[in-house]
Amino acid sequence: MTEIRKNYIRPLDIKHGQVEMAHGAGGRAMAQLIDELFANYLGNEFLAQGDDGALLPGIGEGRLVIATDAHVVSPLFFPGGDIGSLSVHGTLNDVAVMGATPLWLSAAFILEEGFKLADLALIVQSMANAAKAAGVPVVTGDTKVVERGKGDGVFIMTTGVGVVAPGMELSGRGARPGDAILLSGTLGDHGMAIMAVRESLGFESPIVSDSAALHGLIAAMRASGAELHVLRDPTRGGLATTLNEIAQQSGVGMMLQEKALPVNPAVAAACEFLGLDPLYVANEGKLVAICAENDAEIILAAMRAHPLGTQAAIIGRVHADPHHFVQMTTGFGGKRIVDWLSGEQLPRIC
Amino acid sequence: MKYIDEFRDGEVAQKLAVAIRREARADRRYHFMEFCGGHTHAISRYGVSDLLPDNVKMIHGPGCPVCVLPIGRVDQAIRLALEQGVTLCTYGDCLRVPASDGLSLLKAKARGADVRMVYSSADAVVLAQKNPDKQVVFFAIGFETTTPPTAVAIKQAAVLGLSNFSVLCCHVLTPSAISSILESPEVRQWGTVQLDGFIGPAHVSTIIGSRPYEFFAEEYRKPVVIAGFEPLDVMQAIRMLIRQVNEGRAEVENEFSRAVDRNGNLKAQRLVGEVFEMRKHFEWRGLNVLPYSALRISRQFAEFDAEKRFNLNYQPVPDHKACECGAILRGVKRPQDCKLFGTVCTPENPIGSCMVSSEGACAAHYTYGRYKDVA
Repeated sequence: MTEIRKNYIRPLDIKHGQVEMAHGAGGRAMAQLIDELFANYLGNEFLAQGDDGALLPGIGEGRLVIATDAHVVSPLFFPGGDIGSLSVHGTLNDVAVMGATPLWLSAAFILEEGFKLADLALIVQSMANAAKAAGVPVVTGDTKVVERGKGDGVFIMTTGVGVVAPGMELSGRGARPGDAILLSGTLGDHGMAIMAVRESLGFESPIVSDSAALHGLIAAMRASGAELHVLRDPTRGGLATTLNEIAQQSGVGMMLQEKALPVNPAVAAACEFLGLDPLYVANEGKLVAICAENDAEIILAAMRAHPLGTQAAIIGRVHADPHHFVQMTTGFGGKRIVDWLSGEQLPRIC
Repeated sequence: MKYIDEFRDGEVAQKLAVAIRREARADRRYHFMEFCGGHTHAISRYGVSDLLPDNVKMIHGPGCPVCVLPIGRVDQAIRLALEQGVTLCTYGDCLRVPASDGLSLLKAKARGADVRMVYSSADAVVLAQKNPDKQVVFFAIGFETTTPPTAVAIKQAAVLGLSNFSVLCCHVLTPSAISSILESPEVRQWGTVQLDGFIGPAHVSTIIGSRPYEFFAEEYRKPVVIAGFEPLDVMQAIRMLIRQVNEGRAEVENEFSRAVDRNGNLKAQRLVGEVFEMRKHFEWRGLNVLPYSALRISRQFAEFDAEKRFNLNYQPVPDHKACECGAILRGVKRPQDCKLFGTVCTPENPIGSCMVSSEGACAAHYTYGRYKDVA
């Protein structure tokens, strides 16, 4: 049977083919797409079960963390990544900053009729590479196709599941007056990489997205033995929005030092050019950590020793403030509020 | 960043702050208006006021293009997009300006209007080229800085013979706005607004030069110092204004000599003169109807005038009753004096135009400085 089928059904023409409505119809064409494209690249023992869901081993001690993220980035390919790798990193980071070790991912694809299979293959490959590098398999998935004009190439939803050891959970409620605020590296690289492509800004050295999985860095910080109070990845809305969320949740104020904020010179120049503020531009491979003042140097050293934290810095302090303002001493010597992002700075960056 | 960080240097700022404190006489107060929204933004974002002594106060002026745009003009753009089905392009800040019926261009977009944000007028021309079946209208706003690029776009459209491109021209003129403030009863008769001098526009002055301000210095005896948009430029300009006041001088001085000369950009001026002509009168938000204060497209390029192409009539619309944008734009009130400020009017839900653009006095104070109100 398999012999006949192999000869009878022509393999998917990934080089020249396009997504057709049949690829989402549940029939043979869909089975073939899943087989030859998704399973081919993403394959693992759980996906190979071939059932409606993945049957996973029990996790023993600890609590489960689940996080989900939809990805609609435009353009689909950008310096430093693509929607495939981004959809892995984005969700893994949401799990990781809860203090959890990510274990499994699920992925749902909404494909637009007419989308090139060659591009889809690149995206799925990149997703597979990112998942493999992170050591977290995609264990179940779904594919839907919408008519031409009803989507924008491809949208990817991923869900991540992780486990957090008892007592190691983290939330945005843990910041206390006197705590130090640490940032793992430069601000705004992802958002400006996208923006530079969209606006066709030709820089001598292109701005590269920082899209990366952060759980390795977090493990290294944890291994330092120092206690973390809050972890968060400053994605949409940038560092400013993330810090305002934490200040609100923890009921505290913050004072940042503008001079301590690391910004890649090319990003600073692009922001200057477009009238944007790196504090509000998205990151996809950075984290903010808040810890007791006494632990700050230990954690900083652990961050800097990790490849994703070489430019880590202590950027400010937490203080008591009934208004929960995030403020900043400007490089100029004055003070100002670092407010929530208002409106939309850059649409569809992740 | 080379050539930018030098103008944001904290150590130089401290030295300038010391000099300003030394030179400002303790026995008097100094009130200076920064005309431009760009200066308002720099003052708030870098915390310049924190470096000034208590007797030196900055008043925010009307030089924010989005802030002075009256509701009636935004309504015209919205009607074009919603009722005439045109592709309406404009600069980002314009999209959120509140108009009639709780609408803004952004809300019109959500209702199905084809509204696009562009970074330059040239993008609008490209859009018209790419979509020959659609009428593309560029909603052109701004002072003298953004006028030459609009002129270029119109000339380009003429060369390309584009019959589907037009411009809704709302370009306004800086000197008219300054006159209006100096002629206002609060400044002239009642003296309720003390005004000791102006920080003159940066980018606008690169186009029009420093000459147009000489009249204000002479006629109204107000010193003007043209300054760049970097915070050290502003500090230096404040120091120069204090010196003029102390010495009883009222002159036009140029702190921004790296970009501005007396005559300005003559090529740009010629271009503007060719493509535009004066409107007899134009309504400004906050400053009412000002004679010869704005531009429209000249007869030679009339085919690119959206007002003519789509037979648009201008319908003035009063501002929200409690909104103080008008008084704030004239320097009569401060953002925190408005009852709506920070309560019903916030950057997420702006009632008045000053809360929309980051250059607007209300948005700048809300975004960067409101911690001072609760301290």
